[in-house]
Amino acid sequence: MSTIKPIATRQAFGEALAAIGATHPEVVVLDADLSKSTKSELFAKKFPERFIQMGIAEQNMLGVAAGLGLSGKIPFACSFACFIAGRFETIKISVAYAGSPVRIVGTHAGVGIGEDGYSQMGLEDIGLMRVLPEMVVLQPADDVETAAMVRWLVEESKAPAYLRLTRQNVRRVHAEGWTWTPGKMDVLREGTDVAIIASGGPVMNALDAAEELAKSGLSVAVANLSSIKPLDAAGIEALSRKVKLIVTVEDHNVLTGAGSAVAEVVASLKGAHARVHRHGVMDTFGESGTPESLYDKHRLDAKGIAAVVREQLAD
Amino acid sequence: MSATSRTETVAMLTKLTREMRATILEMITQAASGHPGGSLSAIDFIAALFTTRLKHDPKNPSWVDRDRFILSKGHAVPALYVTLAHQGYFDAKLLPTLRQLGSPLQGHPVNRFMTACEAPTGSLGQGLSVAQGIALAGKLDGKSYKTFCLMGDGEIQEGQVWEAAMSAAKFKLDNLVAIVDWNGGQIDGSITEVMPSLEPVVAKFEAFGWDVKEIDGHDFNAILDAIAWADGAGDKPKCIVSRTVKGKGVSFVEHPTKYHGAALSKDELAKALAELKEAK
Repeated sequence: MSTIKPIATRQAFGEALAAIGATHPEVVVLDADLSKSTKSELFAKKFPERFIQMGIAEQNMLGVAAGLGLSGKIPFACSFACFIAGRFETIKISVAYAGSPVRIVGTHAGVGIGEDGYSQMGLEDIGLMRVLPEMVVLQPADDVETAAMVRWLVEESKAPAYLRLTRQNVRRVHAEGWTWTPGKMDVLREGTDVAIIASGGPVMNALDAAEELAKSGLSVAVANLSSIKPLDAAGIEALSRKVKLIVTVEDHNVLTGAGSAVAEVVASLKGAHARVHRHGVMDTFGESGTPESLYDKHRLDAKGIAAVVREQLAD
Repeated sequence: MSATSRTETVAMLTKLTREMRATILEMITQAASGHPGGSLSAIDFIAALFTTRLKHDPKNPSWVDRDRFILSKGHAVPALYVTLAHQGYFDAKLLPTLRQLGSPLQGHPVNRFMTACEAPTGSLGQGLSVAQGIALAGKLDGKSYKTFCLMGDGEIQEGQVWEAAMSAAKFKLDNLVAIVDWNGGQIDGSITEVMPSLEPVVAKFEAFGWDVKEIDGHDFNAILDAIAWADGAGDKPKCIVSRTVKGKGVSFVEHPTKYHGAALSKDELAKALAELKEAK
């Protein structure tokens, strides 16, 4: 296991953005009065002239970002995932349909935010963003992946994009020397009985669950689905040919999330393939509690994920 | 405009917009759907802006230093298309393809179908934010282009407009000009019926930190004066409240709701065209 200190992907994002700002003057950053929480303040402190404080007005922020993107800028528009998702129609028309290269950043993903409760939890954002044509939807599992994605969003991709980040700290799941391949699912652990395809904050817990399950003789693969759109259909198919059960795990409503994207691929496959069980927030509202107690309740911690896998194998 | 007198310009615009009104009504009847009322209320301002003021290049619609025009009340797009065709952005032969499958003339403006539309609009209330982003980019890059955004009176009932109004003043966007085409009507009734408290609109924009000018939006002298005023000094964004008549130019189309979203029948079109012909 890594000895590197766990950090939130929002923190990794803020650091990466502040670093890349130095060499990319076209990067501008907008926030709607949450820069301390989204960590866009790390950029704001370094490049105040390129930081645009929009106040508590997210739909206007997204529209202004769209205009900046249509005029040669690379705008990062940051807020909580829940407030971003609430401005869906502005994203649909002014960002996605316009083809403006806005980098929408939604932090505080899922029940993992803890005590603030459901009104502050982004639990529908993946579904809303991935339903938009051409929209890129990314959810990194750790700090190094976050940094790679920020770099790619600045230097390579021109498509409108959504980047979903955690409030809570996550452990690094990638080995030294790993490099991110855009659009590819990365297999973190090989296995032949079951495959857990996890996305975002719970990826590290899926690895621990696999370790736990190995003790009872189960060979469990773990894949990190960080590019939810474009989706690595070939990678998902390959896994589904190898194991008899795929369990998807995410801190998002189990409807429309990363697991749904996986199920959509597998459902179309011809021939023998794995059954897919989608696990996440099971179409319920969130609530207040410590992040740990919520991950326990929603079975998104290692113990819960292992239990879900066992149940599905027993069925 | 230097070589042309104001009188000549007004005469040119009067003749041009009469022809444009006829074309707009023909396009909408051909498509058998569309929005005549709001197109006819806005055409005078749009035509005047494009022919006398905008710095742009129809042969190079993505020229980085161009002035931008965003028609935020996207349903009035026939008025924009007829103006763009007149300016040479595309062949006027395309105008009758409005709203047909495969046509770049979408039912509401879409930049991916036609670059000169600048942004997709028609989901009301979004254009001013996008225009503001473009204006902000101009400021950041030290460019001198201006961004114009034309909205409807019904449209500014959307909350996003007032978020944008607030922040444009904060950023001192003197390169941003909003035009409110106040034609007094919306789908379900007159503005007075649907949202009487939208007035006083001038005081609202002023309170949000804008310089505001109110004009008769069918008086070309007033329109040209307002466009010149918007180019004047001051560090505030500018708003022109253009008081217009929905369906302006054809007696029986002039109505706050009747022809908001209904094409003229072929018989009605013939009557309208005859009336526009006589009007010279």
